[in-house]
Formats: sequence, structure tokens, C-alpha cells
Amino acid sequence: MERIFLDHASVTPVDARALRFAEPYLAGGYGNPSSLHSVGLEARRAIEDARTKVAALINAEKEKTILFTSGATEANNLAIKGAALRNVGKGKKVVSSAIEHMSVLNPMKDLQKNEFEFTTVPVDSSGIVDLEKLEDSATRETTVTSIMYANNEIGTIEPIREISEIVHEKGVYLHVDATAAAGRIPIDVQADGIDLLTLSSNDMYGPQGAGALYVKTGVRIQPVLPGGGQERGLRSGTENIFAIAGMGEAARIAREEMGTESARLSEMRNSLIEEILKIEETYLTGHPTKRLPHHASFRFSHIEGESILLIMDAQGIQVSTGSACSSKTLEPSHVLLAIGLKHEEAHGSMVMTLGRSNTVEQVPRVVDAVNEMVVKLRKISSLGKE
Amino acid sequence: MRRVYLDYAAASPVDPRVMEEMLPYFTDKYGNPSSVYSLGFEANTAVEEARERVAKLIGGEPKEIIFTSCGTESINLAIKGLVHRSKDKGNHIITSTVEHPSVLSAVDELERGGFSVTRLPVDGGGLVDVESVTAAITEKTILISVMYANNEVGSIQPIKEIGEIAKDRGIPFHTDAVAAAGKIHISVSEDNIDLLSLASQDMYGPKGAAALYLRKGTSISPILHGGRQERKLRPGTESVPLIVGMGKAADIAAQEMEAESETLSKMRDKLVRGLTTSVKECYLNGNLERRLPNNANVRFSYIEGESIILNLDMKGIQAATGSACTSETLESSHVLTAMGIPPEHAHGSIAFTLGRWTKGDDIDYVIETLPPIVKELRSISPMVPEGWTD
Repeated sequence: MERIFLDHASVTPVDARALRFAEPYLAGGYGNPSSLHSVGLEARRAIEDARTKVAALINAEKEKTILFTSGATEANNLAIKGAALRNVGKGKKVVSSAIEHMSVLNPMKDLQKNEFEFTTVPVDSSGIVDLEKLEDSATRETTVTSIMYANNEIGTIEPIREISEIVHEKGVYLHVDATAAAGRIPIDVQADGIDLLTLSSNDMYGPQGAGALYVKTGVRIQPVLPGGGQERGLRSGTENIFAIAGMGEAARIAREEMGTESARLSEMRNSLIEEILKIEETYLTGHPTKRLPHHASFRFSHIEGESILLIMDAQGIQVSTGSACSSKTLEPSHVLLAIGLKHEEAHGSMVMTLGRSNTVEQVPRVVDAVNEMVVKLRKISSLGKE
Repeated sequence: MRRVYLDYAAASPVDPRVMEEMLPYFTDKYGNPSSVYSLGFEANTAVEEARERVAKLIGGEPKEIIFTSCGTESINLAIKGLVHRSKDKGNHIITSTVEHPSVLSAVDELERGGFSVTRLPVDGGGLVDVESVTAAITEKTILISVMYANNEVGSIQPIKEIGEIAKDRGIPFHTDAVAAAGKIHISVSEDNIDLLSLASQDMYGPKGAAALYLRKGTSISPILHGGRQERKLRPGTESVPLIVGMGKAADIAAQEMEAESETLSKMRDKLVRGLTTSVKECYLNGNLERRLPNNANVRFSYIEGESIILNLDMKGIQAATGSACTSETLESSHVLTAMGIPPEHAHGSIAFTLGRWTKGDDIDYVIETLPPIVKELRSISPMVPEGWTD
């Protein structure tokens, strides 16, 4: 049975081109970028080449605004804790939306334990941040506000430019977690007015083990991992050249192919949405139009998410319910609760995130499988209709 | 041109057997271990198998292994995680003057935050005196962190003895074993180690994976916050292929370490002997007996290490001055300084680190190539005393 992988928000297979590009650095292109000899210099060049490619993807003003980390979690921690702790002189307030990823919410909560005031801004039923509430929450004492570019669970794209204007009026840094958005929709940190931006290699077909933080020229943060002083002293540890080179190539491919690929995926996504919404008591979660092109998320009444995954998997189709990071816990997704769903409604959610391996020919098989699954689960459901 | 790579401490190639095992996890078995479907379960199983293999290498239990992204992170997690968790018990940390910058910077940061730090001196061979550990302990001591073996000069610390003292006094003991793991036998139970840092790339695994051994019952706080991975002590989606690679590397090391160490130490001894006997005023840095099998750190009077490195590089030989992490700064190595070697001598030091693919004739090539370079550099060096002849 052909595998139909529709969970590209939890992981992307590494693009064969990115892997081929980076593989020499894994196998034989050894060298420590800090070493003086020629092998070390080759490694240094590979990293600088990757920095250029990643900078281009988000239209950063300079290559050196890109810092490589081990992944998005570390980049989010570095941005938030690094900015908050470095700028305590301004104040001890931090703000985020209610639907951020755990790697944004948890560093915020950790700051809260250390006497910072942490405010979460609510979102509307489609997942768009409440701009008026944001304006009230971000004050002159706020050092950093973190709002994601687009949400991984419901696909909603936030109005980053308007958000930027609001927080900048109070002199607050804007951090944007672009893990779900990067490589899928155009991001321009300069035009969008972003101070700090998180990217993840493995969310855009690059290898695991690399992430990046864009730090706008002049924005001040402090490291969370002190050590050998690599990455301008902001991220110590010998650079993971292979993953960084692979991330660079993945960024280059994404930049070149994003236009056509996103158009292709959104067409397929639209037919999935159209067909699946024909099922009775089935609803789209997230925004109908301000939405990542590869993202379709639903909820089915009277059904439980965990069983959705298992039944679909038995049909060779991988989907997700909420965030992959929290799917092992049986708590309902904080994102779905934040858009106003009740616990039992949130449990019946299914997220499909399309990617490079998917083709429009797969749509009928997926639609059939979803239909069968819904019928089967509603028949045995304890959440069943009265 | 012939290429002789003798800078294995800075970076090592990935063993082809490791490559073969990890490659499918990039493109085919690419599941996220947290996903609740077959592809995710498969990834989860692969991570758990790697955990077993890493645990076995150091004599720990699989559930005592936490995967991190690199040695620096493992060290930061151990030291800061433990100290922040045990703040109410005291505020004193004991470490040594020859630690890796990751340990020194983490400790410096804690010192700025109000903790008190004792940095134990070392002798001329780079070794910590066990008595000095006992003497430094106070009622406020909450952590002892001494490296297993030094990355620059290869000296192996009296870990077992320090472990015993720490255990007797009930103080958690962390050791940075990044340079030692996979090269010499390590047993966290025999040595009474509570926390141990090791890195994949230092044992022919890929970069981007490392681990912290955390003895059952020892509590730490996380330094990164996010998802629930690694018992919430290290959030972030696991780099499955890299972790698989680290597991395979640990497995190979466990099986081949003994034989490999014997071969390497023979070549190492030949290199040291060859250089110290054929070049005037060339000395070994560090202790010859308690030393990693792959490390030969030698110094040449009256010349600069950087010039030696660049000249060797032109002949296809890669080596290092001091620690690779700091060789961009050109400051004299803190390790050599701590060993009492004056800066003008420390500057003429070269670290050769041998590895799995070093051959006997590579060593011959260095013994043949280096003396004329030294001679040439000394002939133009202003530091050579008047009347001194080669």
C-alpha cells in the first residue's frame, strides 16, 4: 500500500537534493569551523554559504543576522529568554498569543516563575490575534512580544505587519516563530517589521538538528548556552555543519519553488476541504482564507482524535491531531481551546498538512478513507448523538 | 598531495557504518517520535535503541540518558540544571582550571549570578590533586564538575577518586567526558559519577547529537522549555537520524575501543618519541602515563604554533594549536597556562590527535616533515636567543 504522508507539520522527510548537498559534510567533509587549517576553512565556508541562503529566504538585511541553533525550540528559547533577560532594564513584562507553540509558551512561563509578568493575548474563533487586546497588553515595560507567523495546528496566518506596528510603538521587540510558515509563504523580515524570527530546518525539508534565529541588526539579546563563543558568542557549541549546510540548501530550494509548490498544494488542499466538509457535522478549524497553503484542519463531532490517527494509519495515511509535541498527552490542544472549542469538540480534530510527496491523484483515496473512518467511529462513539 | 588528518579532537569523520545506519532516517523512516502512528512508533523505537547503546557504553541505564544537541548543551544542562535545582542546599561549585570553555563559561555565568566557585589548580602534567578536592569542599558545596580527560593535552583526571569523595560527602559529581568517551573505559557506577556529558561527534558519530547521563535520583531543572520530549528535560523534536547515528557510534566504540586504543597509543608514542628526539627543545605537554591514547601535544621553543600549523597544512597535515574552539582568538591556551607553561612556550604548542583512520606511515610522514619546518621557522624567529644553534 502506498504511504500517503499528510503530517508535514510534525516532520518533513529530508529533500533528496538537500541531503545530497549536505552529505559530504556528514561523511567526509569533516573539519571544525574554528580550526585554522584548510579543512576547517572549508567548513566555515559551508556555514557562511548556508547563512546567505537562509538570509535570502526571509530577506534579512545582512547574512550575519542569522544565528544557527540546534532547532526551533532552542531558537525560540534564545529569542525570548535572551531578549527578556538582556533588556530587564526596560521592564519585566513579556507577551505572547494564546496559541503559540509550547517552545514559546514554556520559556515565557519560566520567565514568569522568575518574577516576569507574562500576558497571553486571546485570538478569535479563526485564530487571529485580537489586536486591541494586544495593544493593551504590550506596554512600555514590555521587552518582547512573541506572535507566530502562522499556526501549526489550524494554519491561520497572523497579521504580522499590523502586530509589528502596534508593538513597535511601545518600543517592544517582536519575535515571530515562523517554524510552520517558512518555506511555504513569502516572509520578508524587513517589510514585516520583525526583530527576531525562528526557523526550523526539518520543517522545510532540511535535515534534523538545525534551526536558525534571525536577530535584526541592533537588537540585543544574551545567550542561553554560553561556551566556546561560536555564532557571535550567542550560541556556543561546535557547529553542526551537515545540518546547517542542509538547512541552507533546503532554504534555497524553498525560496525557488515556493510559488509553484504552494499553488499546487493549495489546489489539492482546497479539494480535500471541499470533499471532507461534505461529511455531516464536519467543520473547518482555523481561518478559511488567511491560511497556510498546505494546511487543512477539521473537527468531526462525536469522534475522538486518537482513534482517527490509528484508523487512518491502518489505511496507510498519516495525519495528526493537534500538535505532534502534545499528541502523546491526552490533553486537548490549547490552540483549539483558545479558538473557543469545548473539550469534546477539540478531541475530534484532524490536521492534514500536505507536502512535496503528495499528488492530486491521492485526493480520492484520502477522501474515501476519511469518510469510512468517520462512519466507523461514529458508530462506536461514546460521544455519540443523543 | 598527501593528506594526514591529525585533528580528530576538533572534528572526526563519521564512521561509514554509522552513516549507513542513520541515512534511512532522513528520507524514508522520517517519523516524529511523538506521532501516534506507525512511522512515529518506528522513530521512537529507534531513539530508544540508541539510548540503550549509549547507556551501555558508560555502564548506565537507558532511562538515565537524555539526548541533547551537542556537548556544550549537555554540559550547560548538567551544571546549570543541577545548580538551579539545588539552590536551597548551598551555593558553592567546585571545578578545575583546565575544563572545556563550555564548563568554564557556564560556571562563570553562575558566579556572576551570585554562586561561589572554586577552580582547582592542576600540576605540570595537567592533573587535579585529589587532596585539593577534599580541601575545597564546604557545607555549601552543591556540585563538583571535573572533566574525565582533557581535550587539549589528553590528561586523564583521577575520576574514580573524586567520585568516591563526592559520594562520601553526598555531593553530586559531574564529569565532562566528551574527550574521553569511546576512547577509554568509563563506568558511571565504578566511578560514582552522577552526571556525565558525552558527544556523538567525538566518537565518529554525526554532529548534532550528544547526551547527558543523569543518575536516577539526581534532580535537575531544564534550561530549554517547550514540549515534553526527554522527560521535559530537553524539549524539541528529537533529531532521530543523528541520535540513531550516535547510538551506532557508541555501539562500535564499545566493541572496538580496547583494540583501537592499543594501536593508537603505540602510534602516539612513536610520534612523541620521533619529535622529541629529533628536534632540539621539543617537549611533551601533559602527563605521559595518564593520557588519552590518541593525544600528542608537543611544544617547540622559540616559534609560534600558528606558523607551524599553516606550514604543516601546506604539506597536507592538519593539526591544532591549543583548543580548536579558541584557536580563532589566538590567546594562549588556558590549559597550558594552568599547567604552568609560560605563554612564550605555550604559544609554540601543537596538538596532534590521532583517530580511527590514522596509519603508521602517517606518523612517519609527520616525523619526516615537521623537523625541517621547525628549523626553517626558528631560522627566521626573533625569539631565538643569541648564540643558540640548532
